[in-house]
Amino acid sequence: MIEIKDVTKIYRAKGREIVGVKDVSLTIERGEIFGIVGYSGAGKSSLLRCLNLLEKPTSGDILIDGVSITKLGKKELRDERLKIGMIFQHFYLISAKTVFENIAFALKAAGKTKDQIQGRTLELLKMVGLENQKDQYPAQLSGGQKQRVGIARALANDPKVLLCDEATSALDPNTTKAILSLLKSINKELGITIVLITHEMEVVKEICHRMAVMQDGEIIESGDVYTIFANPKEELTKTFISSVIQMDLPEPLLKNRKGIVIKIQFKGAIAEEAIVSELFQNFKVKGNILHGKIEYIQETPLGIFIMELIGDEGEVKRAIAYIEGRIENLEVVKHVA
Amino acid sequence: MLLDSIYSILPDLNKAFFETLYMVAISLGVSLIVGLPLGILLFVTDKGLLFENALIKQTAGILVNLIRSVPFIILLVALLPLTQLITGTTIGPTAASVSLSVAAIPFFARLVETSLREIDKGVIEAAVAVGATPWMIIREVLLPEAKPGIVQAITVTAISLLGYSAMAGIVGGGGIGDFAIRFGYYRYDNTIMITTVILLIVIVQLMQVIGDGVARAVNKR
Repeated sequence: MIEIKDVTKIYRAKGREIVGVKDVSLTIERGEIFGIVGYSGAGKSSLLRCLNLLEKPTSGDILIDGVSITKLGKKELRDERLKIGMIFQHFYLISAKTVFENIAFALKAAGKTKDQIQGRTLELLKMVGLENQKDQYPAQLSGGQKQRVGIARALANDPKVLLCDEATSALDPNTTKAILSLLKSINKELGITIVLITHEMEVVKEICHRMAVMQDGEIIESGDVYTIFANPKEELTKTFISSVIQMDLPEPLLKNRKGIVIKIQFKGAIAEEAIVSELFQNFKVKGNILHGKIEYIQETPLGIFIMELIGDEGEVKRAIAYIEGRIENLEVVKHVA
Repeated sequence: MLLDSIYSILPDLNKAFFETLYMVAISLGVSLIVGLPLGILLFVTDKGLLFENALIKQTAGILVNLIRSVPFIILLVALLPLTQLITGTTIGPTAASVSLSVAAIPFFARLVETSLREIDKGVIEAAVAVGATPWMIIREVLLPEAKPGIVQAITVTAISLLGYSAMAGIVGGGGIGDFAIRFGYYRYDNTIMITTVILLIVIVQLMQVIGDGVARAVNKR
């Protein structure tokens, strides 16, 4: 378990003070995948780098399994870092070393013997699917393969935590998918807690259990991924979500509607109920579905529909009231002109 | 006539050639042994790095700049007492090697520092995050990553030493440069002059080709 307590990070450059992280408190549970989203400069990278003390917080404390890492001596900090793996957007492999040697480097840092290193490195290569590339140099690998080496290196010493610094941002969509599913299986099978930062909401939607949104060094919203996707509170969160779930009608299309346009959102089990068909049975309105989509977030459905309701004004109002009684999220996009 | 003249100087030229080789080899060796650690020191004590230390960085930096700003010809004379102390003489190639080494150390150290600076900071950081000791990072990350640059630095230093060694003739250092001045320039013998210059050109080309070849072979990027 990682406890971040009132962490602030201030950078001093040329007499100016720049606040990287502002008074952030956060608890990340053991075994979960936690995503931190934000634009570049939001402070998410600084915050992540505080977790293995690549950056020393200006104030505040970080506890990993109850141990305050900000108070560790040099030697103890190195030992602690063996237990915290980290992967990077640009991989940062040693270009003069082969794939095998890059992974072996991490084991050497842990003081393993030659035999132990040999065995464990082969095991890791197998896990990330690079047995055939072990004697190649990083320059000969594709981006996805480089990140797999990065993952193998990070997992070498059986860490309890894996930090991912924009790990898929330099990869194409297909490779991103493959790397994400590798991370997901690592989390599931090895029980490793994963903390990732990204500006891609897709990544969060794909693998995270819980998330936080950062802006100007502060966490503005955090919680369960599904809840936040279904019910974003902050403007920025909404913007991020709309980047994956595009649910706006083109303006000209909306203009030409004669009836009332509503946007309804179904969450979880209710998405599987027959609310829409009941609506048309019980009320004298005609419906016209303009847009609809069901997204699965962590295997739970989230449905969004945009409908035009045409009919007698009073009847439409009653129909809307009926839906409002059944589900939480109804938004009237356009009233009758 | 031309061939005769070249033939007659061959024994002397041969001697001069090996004196030059001897001076360059010794001073190159010393500058590697002292300059490499000094270059690493200049790099790792810099801001935000493994052994950040402003005092050491400043002191080493000033010392290096100080030696580098003295013209070699002046350094050569100024270091005569030190040369006497170390080699017991101030004449000959061994004596000349002392000043050559002193001049080459800071030169090579700066080149090493520059090639270390070209390493992506992220690679160093990744090694820190893995839990490696600073010593391990120097040996297994910094040196291998900077290897092509360091090989180039050795080439440049060796070629510069070849040039400087010619000046050593001023204090009776011997070598090809000395030979060219004494037999060629002072005696207005163009044949000798041109022969030695051609020889120097060939040596420089050879060093460059070998250096480039090795740098390419160790470059895995």
